[in-house]
Amino acid sequence: MIKQLAKSVREYKSASLVTPFFVALEVVMECAIPFMIANLVNSIKAGCDINLLLRDGLLLVLMAVLSLVFGTIAGFTSSKASCGFAKNLRKDMFYAIQKYSFENIDHFLTSSLVTRMTTDVTNVQNAYMMLIRIAIRAPLMLIFAFTMAFIMGGKMAWIFLFVIPVLGIGLGLVIYNAMPLFRKVFKKYDKLNASIQENIKGMRVVKSFVREDYEQTKFDAAAQDVCADFTRAERILAFNNPLMQFCIYTVMSFVLSFGSYLVITTNGLALDVGQMSSLITYSMMMLMSLMMLSMVFVIMVMAVESGKRIVEILTEESTLHNPENPIHEVPNGSITFENVNFRYSENAELMALSNINLEIKSGETIGIIGGTGSSKSSLIQLISRLYDVTEGSVKVGGIDVRQYDVESLRNQVAVVLQKNVLFSGTIKENLRWGNKEATDQEMIDACKMACADEFISLFPEKYDTYIEQGGSNVSGGQKQRLCIARALLKKPKILILDDSTSAVDTKTDAKIRKALQSYIPETTKIIIAQRTSSVQDADKIIVMEGGTINAVGTHEELLKTNEIYREIYTSQNKAGDNDEN
Amino acid sequence: MMKTNRAKKGTAGRVIKTLYQFYPVMLPLTIGCIIFSAIVGAIPAVFMQNIIAVVEQSWQSGDWSSVSGTILRYVAILVGFYVLSLISSLTYNQLMAVITQGSLKKLRIKMFGGMQRLPIRYFDTHNHGDIMSHYTNDIDTLRQMISQSFPQLLISGVTVVTIFAIMVYYSIWLMLIIVIGVALMTFITKKIGGGSAKYFFRQQNALGKVEGYIEEMMNGQKVVKVFCHERESEADFDRLNDQLFEEAFVANKYANILGPVLNNLGNVLYALVALLGGCLLIYNIPNLSISGMALSISIVVPFLNMTKQFVGSIGQVSHQINAIVMGLAGADRIFELMDQEPEQDEGYVTLVNVHEKEDGSLVECKERTGIWAWKHPHKADGTVTYTKLTGDVRLHNVDFEYVPGKPVLRDVSLYAKPGQKVAFVGATGAGKTTITNLLNRFYDIADGKIRYDGININKIKKEDLRRALGIVLQDTNLFTGSVMDNIRYGKLDASDEECIAAAKLAGAHDFISRLPEGYNTMLLENGSNLSQGQRQLISIARAAVADPPVMIMDEATSSIDTRTEAIVQRGMDALMHGRSVFVIAHRLSTVKNSNVIIVLDHGRIIERGDHESLLAQKGQYYQLYTGAFELE
Repeated sequence: MIKQLAKSVREYKSASLVTPFFVALEVVMECAIPFMIANLVNSIKAGCDINLLLRDGLLLVLMAVLSLVFGTIAGFTSSKASCGFAKNLRKDMFYAIQKYSFENIDHFLTSSLVTRMTTDVTNVQNAYMMLIRIAIRAPLMLIFAFTMAFIMGGKMAWIFLFVIPVLGIGLGLVIYNAMPLFRKVFKKYDKLNASIQENIKGMRVVKSFVREDYEQTKFDAAAQDVCADFTRAERILAFNNPLMQFCIYTVMSFVLSFGSYLVITTNGLALDVGQMSSLITYSMMMLMSLMMLSMVFVIMVMAVESGKRIVEILTEESTLHNPENPIHEVPNGSITFENVNFRYSENAELMALSNINLEIKSGETIGIIGGTGSSKSSLIQLISRLYDVTEGSVKVGGIDVRQYDVESLRNQVAVVLQKNVLFSGTIKENLRWGNKEATDQEMIDACKMACADEFISLFPEKYDTYIEQGGSNVSGGQKQRLCIARALLKKPKILILDDSTSAVDTKTDAKIRKALQSYIPETTKIIIAQRTSSVQDADKIIVMEGGTINAVGTHEELLKTNEIYREIYTSQNKAGDNDEN
Repeated sequence: MMKTNRAKKGTAGRVIKTLYQFYPVMLPLTIGCIIFSAIVGAIPAVFMQNIIAVVEQSWQSGDWSSVSGTILRYVAILVGFYVLSLISSLTYNQLMAVITQGSLKKLRIKMFGGMQRLPIRYFDTHNHGDIMSHYTNDIDTLRQMISQSFPQLLISGVTVVTIFAIMVYYSIWLMLIIVIGVALMTFITKKIGGGSAKYFFRQQNALGKVEGYIEEMMNGQKVVKVFCHERESEADFDRLNDQLFEEAFVANKYANILGPVLNNLGNVLYALVALLGGCLLIYNIPNLSISGMALSISIVVPFLNMTKQFVGSIGQVSHQINAIVMGLAGADRIFELMDQEPEQDEGYVTLVNVHEKEDGSLVECKERTGIWAWKHPHKADGTVTYTKLTGDVRLHNVDFEYVPGKPVLRDVSLYAKPGQKVAFVGATGAGKTTITNLLNRFYDIADGKIRYDGININKIKKEDLRRALGIVLQDTNLFTGSVMDNIRYGKLDASDEECIAAAKLAGAHDFISRLPEGYNTMLLENGSNLSQGQRQLISIARAAVADPPVMIMDEATSSIDTRTEAIVQRGMDALMHGRSVFVIAHRLSTVKNSNVIIVLDHGRIIERGDHESLLAQKGQYYQLYTGAFELE
């Protein structure tokens, strides 16, 4: 995991390496200061001349200033390194996701992708900063202070050999007991928040079923549960402070009593008053650094989970690969399915598609009809290689889709997805997804074909109208027509509309189909629809049922021969008096 | 996305007041312990001075036995103080853990409970991600503030005051130099710390933007793939990401620099105190102090330690600055949500179970009888009348506007007798969904009357009114839990058999049985493992198990294929036998068999009648039906 994450440090390597160096310098200075102070104290005591005093004093100030400079540099480089690392991590994750296939995307929930790229990255960023600053500072400080204490205090320093293990073991115990609790409770906490989110989204349902009290009871229990676990964990953690105080107090008492004894009995030879005061300072330093170490450890352990979740994104292998020598030209819009079987994942028991054989000529209009879950969408997603077949092969222009360069293939096979999305930005910006270089005229033409121009021109800002996120400020039918126009701008050889006119009225629907027929006759058009009226003038209609092709034929043929088709048709035309279309 | 504005004045006071209300005994106790612990922790400096004074006097004599009694006595007192300090510290740390988590829990519950009682208008006008961040970001910042910043501030404050007093006691000269130094440090903290807080806000905003972008792109990732738009979205992302880096870098830089700066200024101060002390001693400048003691090495040494403690306390406060500023902003937002006006309900007519006597009169009873009635107490004469629940809904001259000055419904009158199916047809914004929002009083009408079984719905208790109305929406919202749990949501005490029967009625049974675990299949993230159509079927089953006398279907079958819809329709028709249904659908085939079809245009009813009569009118409906007019 560490190796994978470390790859994202890149240009911030120097900042990351420089930081510990300056931190070390700062620590050296900080540890030398009490040493100097002991000298100063003794000079004062000895009542020596003012020049010596001034020299020592100024040296001390100089050291403090140096320490300040080093510390500031380290603070600067460490923020650069950690923020840069976080930036690169987000970037790498985003890029990795851009390479995902549909199958990979299905793998992760959207909300979890967002959390991984925000909260988890922040956790790792904090841990990284800790690592290059505190994790260097604390042990160094511990060692230096310890050494200095021995140099100055001699025998007195043995007290640290007692106190440090006590604190170390104490802190270790606290962490050992609190960490598993924290890990457990954070998972519960996530769940609690997920349930709040659900509640907010479903407020209309909650209110219309009068379930406010039920929701409240459910929430109270969950909140109580989270609180109990958190309290338990935090109460263990709350031993840290008193433990630390205990150690400091022990050292102080010892130094003051035994130290006094030593000073007096040796006439200040083994220890003098100045050293006594420095010893106390060193003991503070040591214990603080141990405390810091324990904190670093906690943050690290928490970041490990986040790190794992990030690495999952980075190492997820795209299930689609470009072939070695990809073909960039799609010769024509013909499509062939040969003995195709398909399932969404290796673990899926049922095939989403089984035994599909199909021949579609370039320029034909094909209608696909069938019930919910009959795998209509699965069928067409194989054509632009959004998924790979499990067995058999799909050919476009006579060539297996797996031999094409994916981008070239998708540029020639435009799919208007059933669950379609517009992005925040102007209409023009959205349309340019289809073709970056599209001129205004091209956009208007495409919108006219998709019957979108008529409502766009009614907007006060026309093609510069701003679309809100998810297209929430246009109606369902308008959204669908914009999506069709966007796909048309690609000028594809194959155009697939996956239930893309369901919110458009029948007349406009017919108008769009007629426009497609007359303006892009050479393009193969595949139309998935719920309404028979949307497919009835297609060259061929495919009736799907339970992942297989139930029948293929024209409207008239199917009406005569196919039970399902007839049923669908009559369910939509019960009164039998609306055959105007 | 998180909105970051600085907190209003008085928020800190309110936070403390709230904590006090939660823990009226424990909080003062904890504060007492903290103050006690801080004072006791600062006092040893006095005894240290005493011990060192003794040592200083006798170190040249080397006679330990003569001074051991004095020194050991001082040490014993010192240890006594230490023990007291430890006990109070142990106590307050434990109490603080309980108070922090307990308060957060109470705040969460209060916030959630309050939120359940907010009107739908609140949810319609606020971004859901934003409401959510009250529970995540804001609570998290508040935790940091309560558990760490508050106690730390208190400790530092008490320590500073105590040490200051001791300093004045020993030497005002030395104290002055510390005061000057500390003033300088406070100034720097304000400068750097203030800058840091400002940039932390900006970092938070930049993070919000990145988060928003990621969310939008992740939602549309499949569209990105289909349009081979990866490189463009990468470029856009890089731009936002770089901006976040800039802000985060500056914010963290300030925060990281503040530590070493304060720390080393402390060191400089330390050196200055030593120097000045030395000078005073050497030149024998008379000491100025409360105690009247002459300056000696035994005063200078503890003074040095006190300087460290003093500076350390200020450093601790500076570490908490960001946490406090952000915590207060979070608290502000939490209070804002809690202060929202809850949904008002002046209704007094309730829904009760009744027995029907042979003479047709109704008698209220506790047990479930399957017969419901409206219990209508009349204040004027103190009598109570019972009206049988039948599902007769009437609108009289209803006007309504969401935003003042923009009427959505104008003078709408209509009725649905029990068992009738009423359909609404019209373009987006014509007011179809608004009518359903008014029926269950998600919003209140501006003018006119709506009567349910002859009773003005304003008189009916909202929860009883809503219980008497079933609603299936286009946006299905399922909850985490099994399929069975989700169906049971409609009627909490429904047996498994009832739920399955409802699923069969809704035409959902077939596909549910084919799910890997049948009715026990767990639904994730609003049922994202199901298709839209399947989710709609479950939500219809959920409404079916509630078995309400009036049903509102707002585009409930829009994602179900027409064949399945026909099956569902048969089920719904069976279910709705003898009940009233309001249907909104853009598929006219769904609407055709309604008793009444109402065509709405810009909030007005322009046509009404059944399918045949409307076609014969050759008006708007005819145009819609023949496809001469667009419906969205």
